[in-house]
Amino acid sequence: MAYPTGMRASVEKVEQTRKHRLQNEFPRMTPDDKASLLKNHHPDFRDGDKLNLRCGANKGERVPKVLAELIESPSRLNLASIDLTRPDYKTDVLVIGGGGGGVTAALTAHDHGAKVLLATKLRLGDSNTIMAEGGIAAATLAEDSPATHYIDTMVGGRFKNIPDVVEALVKDAPSIVDWLTKLGVVFDRKSEGNYFTHMPAGHSRKRSHSIKDLTGLEIMRVLCDEVRNKEIQVLEFSPAVELILDQDGQCVGAVLEDLDTGRNIVVEAGAVVMATGGIGRLHPNGFPTSNHYGATADGIVMASRVNAKLLYMEYIQYHPTGVAWPEQMLGLLLSEALRAQGAHVVNSEGEPFVNRLETRDALAAAILRECGPRGKGIETPTGMVGAWLDTPMIDIIGGKGTFLRRFAGIDHRFKKYGIDPANEPLLIYPTQHYQNGGVQINVHGESNIPYLYMAGEVAGGVHGHNRLGANSLVDIFVFGRRAGMHSAENFRKKPAEKLSLEHVKAHEKELVSLGISTTVTSPMILPDYRFEKALTSTQYTSEIVEAE
Amino acid sequence: MKNKIKVMIPIYVMGKKFQVPEDLTILKALEFSGFKITRGCGCRGGVCGACATVFRRKGDYRIATGLACQTVIEPEMNLVQLPFISARKSLYAVREINPDSLDIIKTYPELMRCMGCNTCTKACPVSISVMDYISAAISGDVEKVVDLSIECVMCGLCAARCPAEISPYNIALFIRRLYGTHKLPKSPMLEQRLKDIASGKYDAEIKQLKVMDVKKMQADFNELQANKGASV
Repeated sequence: MAYPTGMRASVEKVEQTRKHRLQNEFPRMTPDDKASLLKNHHPDFRDGDKLNLRCGANKGERVPKVLAELIESPSRLNLASIDLTRPDYKTDVLVIGGGGGGVTAALTAHDHGAKVLLATKLRLGDSNTIMAEGGIAAATLAEDSPATHYIDTMVGGRFKNIPDVVEALVKDAPSIVDWLTKLGVVFDRKSEGNYFTHMPAGHSRKRSHSIKDLTGLEIMRVLCDEVRNKEIQVLEFSPAVELILDQDGQCVGAVLEDLDTGRNIVVEAGAVVMATGGIGRLHPNGFPTSNHYGATADGIVMASRVNAKLLYMEYIQYHPTGVAWPEQMLGLLLSEALRAQGAHVVNSEGEPFVNRLETRDALAAAILRECGPRGKGIETPTGMVGAWLDTPMIDIIGGKGTFLRRFAGIDHRFKKYGIDPANEPLLIYPTQHYQNGGVQINVHGESNIPYLYMAGEVAGGVHGHNRLGANSLVDIFVFGRRAGMHSAENFRKKPAEKLSLEHVKAHEKELVSLGISTTVTSPMILPDYRFEKALTSTQYTSEIVEAE
Repeated sequence: MKNKIKVMIPIYVMGKKFQVPEDLTILKALEFSGFKITRGCGCRGGVCGACATVFRRKGDYRIATGLACQTVIEPEMNLVQLPFISARKSLYAVREINPDSLDIIKTYPELMRCMGCNTCTKACPVSISVMDYISAAISGDVEKVVDLSIECVMCGLCAARCPAEISPYNIALFIRRLYGTHKLPKSPMLEQRLKDIASGKYDAEIKQLKVMDVKKMQADFNELQANKGASV
């Protein structure tokens, strides 16, 4: 599937402007220009895309509209049909989620002697972790240090990160690389045995450890294999739908839903570790997403029902260079290294409109402006629009063969669809990538609800307002391990006197008293892409066209 | 976006006929037809292996394999999603296995049943030379298994199609883990860093950073960025 005729004409225009662009880099924007661009075109800065929560302990907290709608909905659970007096499972530690954070928590709690049950929505391992290409951040090189990693993380997070939690992150990070290595993860190495590392944007030293561009896949394969070897009990296709509290408001388990049979499963647990991931499949602002099918913010919805404290939920990371064509790769990320190596960002006429080295937020906003109000986007046969990332510049600047040497994975994936990125530009559009906030945690991964832990993207505070590249892979293992260890050592030993879903009833009563009525129930579990919804749309672009 | 006029083509889902826009992937064609997928969908980006699928093209006697999120439909294609692939996985402690001994064969004795038919390679949706790594496994060349199998998405199609009933993808994972655990050298820099962290070498500095003025930290960061050198 090479570029269809309509797009081909634009590719030719891009080719014609290369010579000129080579000599004339588009200027960087002034701080004022940038501020106004962000204010008018970046989704994080626009009013109307967010709402203040009207109910629960987080009332007043600003969150994406799509999330508010779910939090302010009744439960998908039919409360009258649930019998809490005879739990189907009793376990020391219940882990909810089968991605990197959940699997790490399960393995660690098991190693510390706890009886563990892991429940997950899809298959064990299905998660955003498995899609992580880039790498895992850890200060392992001699010229680096955990203190430098600390500074970079705080600056990236606009100083809003929780300092104790960041200290835990950067000090544990090297031991995570060691732990994964000992489990058999085949990290890229240099000849003397040290790790091959690279430096994502916002980091000051080379500290991202990778396995080609398959980092998450390799780690997840190994960790899932280890869960099987340790014979930890796993319930697949059984997502949690509500947490269970006792009479004192302590977390004592969860109700699951068996997606195959529709049956609800009651699990009583001495502690619950939630590692349910992020929000991408709610499509905040109608954006495509780089996220997994199951990233529907279930954990945030369940946590808000038990009045766990949410932090920074309004901050969503949009990556400027998501794939817009071919359709099969829509929303997937293209590495920032492409721009660092010379790829320009240009419009349908082949004209540059933003410097390739602007920050993620400014680039995303500039692309949205170009595709929306300025009408200089390139339209695909499926109705998507995008801008060009002119990858052939990489060989023009670096010499023939540079692209292939540096970006073999990207080359391989696009060639499958008849596109040769060393010689043809790639179509891009910003993609929702990460939920920066989440449920507030402390250094053990504990939330403010006793015996309820969080690990990974569902947690908030580690990354402040904005996460750095390669810091999420390390986050999930550091806090998966900390939550697993702390829960295994401190789970409630005394059986609960009473299992209760009164908090869910109270939530539903509050909705009625506030006059909030909706046809939706939550958590969502899986997005609905049936019928017309199967087709691509770029709702955000059309909205800002109208706004102007 | 504007409503585009779409060319509709017929497909068969489990024998039932549907009209869907051309150019969709199998996954999206199923969804457009009205199927909400629970089993058989994962990352939707070709890396997780959840959407392993079998299909038959019009007039073709052969069953083809692929990933539903990566394969584009053709008119009158016959589709069905696979909910699950049953494959044996041995249980082992990776550190207690000697990769230079017959342990590999003992862990997966069915390896020796390979008859070299190459069905596994033909079934692989990410173009891995599955049969070649099985041969390498039999001859104990663990490094070659790693090289050949590193892009495996664990979809299980090789196991589903193998007439010798081997589960190649589980064997490759087992051998990659052996290689990573036993064959890769230790990193001297990491060993040193772990010792330094354990001895509290960075504690005082980080303690200071935790209460440092934001402007000062920003200035420190700017200096670090100015001296950071090349990105790779």
